[in-house]
Amino acid sequence: MIAAVRARAAAWWRVARLPVLAIVLALVIAAGIIVLSSVYTGLGFFPLLPLYAYGNLAAGAFGSAVAINNTLVAAAPLMLGGLAIGLGFRAGLFNIGVAGQFLAGAFAAAVVGSSLAGAPPLLAVPAALLAGGLAGTVLGFVPGFLKARTGAHEVVTTIMLNNATALLLAWAVSDLVRAPGFTFPRTGDIGSAALPVLLGRNLHLGIPLAFAAVFAIRFLLDRTTLGFEIRTVGANPNAARYAGIPPLVIVPLTMSLSGLLAGLAGSVQMLGVIGFYASGISASVGFDSIAVALLGRSDPIGIMFAAILFGAFRAGAPLMQITTSVPVEIIDIIQALIILFLAADLIVRRVFRVRGPRLEVEGAQTVTRTWGKESVA
Amino acid sequence: MNQEERAAGEAARSSLPVGTAPALEMRGITKRFPGTLANDHIDLEVRPGEIHALLGENGAGKTTLMNILYGLLAPDEGEILVDGERVTIRDPADAIARGIGMVHQHFMLVPVLTVTENVMLGAEVMRGPLLVDAAEAGRRIAALARQLGFDVDPHARVEQLSVGQQQRVEIVKALYRRARILVLDEPTAVLTPQETEEIFGVLRRLRDEGASIVFISHKLDEVLRIADRITVIRRGRVVGERAPSATSEQELADLMVGRAVSLRVDRGPAHPGDVVLAVGALRVLDDRRHETVRGVDLEVRRGEIVGIAGVAGNGQEELVEAIVGLRKPSGGRVTIGAHDVTGASPRAIRARGVGYVPADRQRYGLVLSFPLGDNCVLTDYYRPPYARGAVRDDEAIRSRAASLIEEFDVRTTGPRALASTLSGGNQQKLVVAREFGGDDLLILDQPTRGIDVGSTEFIHRRAIAQRDAGTAVLLISADLDEVLELSDRILVIHRGRIVAEFDAATAERERIGLLMARGEAA
Repeated sequence: MIAAVRARAAAWWRVARLPVLAIVLALVIAAGIIVLSSVYTGLGFFPLLPLYAYGNLAAGAFGSAVAINNTLVAAAPLMLGGLAIGLGFRAGLFNIGVAGQFLAGAFAAAVVGSSLAGAPPLLAVPAALLAGGLAGTVLGFVPGFLKARTGAHEVVTTIMLNNATALLLAWAVSDLVRAPGFTFPRTGDIGSAALPVLLGRNLHLGIPLAFAAVFAIRFLLDRTTLGFEIRTVGANPNAARYAGIPPLVIVPLTMSLSGLLAGLAGSVQMLGVIGFYASGISASVGFDSIAVALLGRSDPIGIMFAAILFGAFRAGAPLMQITTSVPVEIIDIIQALIILFLAADLIVRRVFRVRGPRLEVEGAQTVTRTWGKESVA
Repeated sequence: MNQEERAAGEAARSSLPVGTAPALEMRGITKRFPGTLANDHIDLEVRPGEIHALLGENGAGKTTLMNILYGLLAPDEGEILVDGERVTIRDPADAIARGIGMVHQHFMLVPVLTVTENVMLGAEVMRGPLLVDAAEAGRRIAALARQLGFDVDPHARVEQLSVGQQQRVEIVKALYRRARILVLDEPTAVLTPQETEEIFGVLRRLRDEGASIVFISHKLDEVLRIADRITVIRRGRVVGERAPSATSEQELADLMVGRAVSLRVDRGPAHPGDVVLAVGALRVLDDRRHETVRGVDLEVRRGEIVGIAGVAGNGQEELVEAIVGLRKPSGGRVTIGAHDVTGASPRAIRARGVGYVPADRQRYGLVLSFPLGDNCVLTDYYRPPYARGAVRDDEAIRSRAASLIEEFDVRTTGPRALASTLSGGNQQKLVVAREFGGDDLLILDQPTRGIDVGSTEFIHRRAIAQRDAGTAVLLISADLDEVLELSDRILVIHRGRIVAEFDAATAERERIGLLMARGEAA
């Protein structure tokens, strides 16, 4: 019994050790940066500042019920976005379009939500959520279809689509769906389409939805035939064709599913937090999601924890800045360091003396395997 | 192997100076992996100026031993001596410093770099502290290649070279680093017969100049031809050391496998029944849109094995791909049973009762990063009992894998092991296990390429059993001996056309060889 628990813990640690150690190393180096920066503040050289800063960061993220709510609210869109990227990775696809799909999802949810602002929530909420998901799906399908049919690389097409989407939405919100009575272009209020708050001041329905999505994607990948097809196309496209799995179908389908998750991330953020669409709302979720998926090693459960961590950074940073005057931007440095150490895991292995497999090729994420090479068809 | 060559080998060996220390000695090398003992107190002694063959089945521990020598793995026990001096080899840099060079089975070259850049990578010739003197390096490499009798352009990009040329680059790379002990891991697995002859010439020349060569192989005829001494290992242990003049293919095969092996397959006469596969006037384009199958007609009947003999690259690959649905034909028809399947999808064709063992097991036949269980149902994962509706049944998949592993003697720790952990022969047995059984048509493309005699014998016997059970079998092989041994009828393919057909009873090896090479026997 105890042996079984120990074996499970060992197996878990084998998977999780590199991300965990990357986080530790990033926090240590960021601590050095905080100490250095303290020289230029009114505090003067202050070696203990990182401890105070991290203490307040943790307090701001987990120190109270309100703090935990804030963390989860910030984590929800990252969880959905991280799943979108991670699902793509499992099929060998890099959907950088999550940023654009997120915006499109937020926009569609805002438009449908504001037009149903007076309808019963039981109708307005699902309709607005679905509208966002659908917008993301369409935007995900297009690069998937192009890749399957013409071999156009999804990294290129999704980056271009991100720009096209942002500009199209800026035009739409100022000319097509602009709500009257405001000094700047924005949509109307979402009214009864707002996600119901379940707990406290702001713990909205989108949070259980994001957790449900984690387990749904886990089930899809591990237990269903479609998940097996997606993983096979990702691991060996030639063997997939040999086995009768058509990449022509799986690639657009996976990109559509990825777009659906990204679109839902947008609608959850819109209906749970923002409340109206205005040009210039932040699409940073799209890019943070890449970091979340990498940190979670494309595994749904890993992505769940990574999203909570990144959510905690976002939620805790303001308290850290107020009480210790360490700027919130240190969070960006920590996140960047984490990604750096994940990408260059040799550094982490050296520092912590992690013995890696030397001969066998690990289940590496070949993010850009198909770059410039063959079409999948 | 002929008498002259054998005598030449004798002469070379007896001319060795007596009493010199061995160039390389490995004593009592032991290496344990979880669940297996890969090397069990292995002793190996290689003299200066000797080609020493390390013979063993896939998974016997040959590569593990050489990885220990090259510093890629650390031994659990044992010691290594170079020129009589005890050494510790922690990593490949140590090995290179001791004059040990290694040519891996899978080449370690950067395809987009030139020959010169690849060879000097990590051992650059510098001009001053910052600049690489590529011109000087190129000159040195060209001189080295000339000395070896190689024809390699130092400025060609590696990706433009043939496999045989790439291997020579690997050898140059090792010698450029002043290797005196050269290890070649299955060097002929990827070569054509001509390229094999050429590389043998090079190895003999290096030996005559005093280098020591460790030649890893499981091919009996090659080992007898090239080696001065042969060490046979089985399941991690040395089971014998032989001189080529004092042994035979049969003895080596028995040593390797650990029991009496039949190198010839016993089989009764065929009893052909109805036509299962009929190919008519088939035309197929390759990836560059050249027509490589130019009007092929053939039939395979129930209960017979039809072999296609041909030099690689005469359209066999495209022909098979068109039959199984991986490539759309540009003309002609393929029918299986009573059904026209021309241009149908791979899955639709499989559903007609077709099993297919692809030529490249790692590229097509397996997903190496998946467990054996998933690989055992790679082609029918979507069907009951492996899936109910859209949900997979892990228990059914595992029990299927367990029974295939048992029945086909796949050496592994179980259905949860990853396919990448299997040796080549066991990977092939896994593919064969999945594809054999109850089918109407079985297509075997190079079914025993690169695998050991034990597994080959096993696969050949299963193929015949399958024939006797009434399956139509189409065999494609670049190995003429395999075609001659297994087939009931033999077709010769040359430049995309079937140029001759023989009944197995009346087939003459020389005539078929000529037809393969020239397309005509005159």
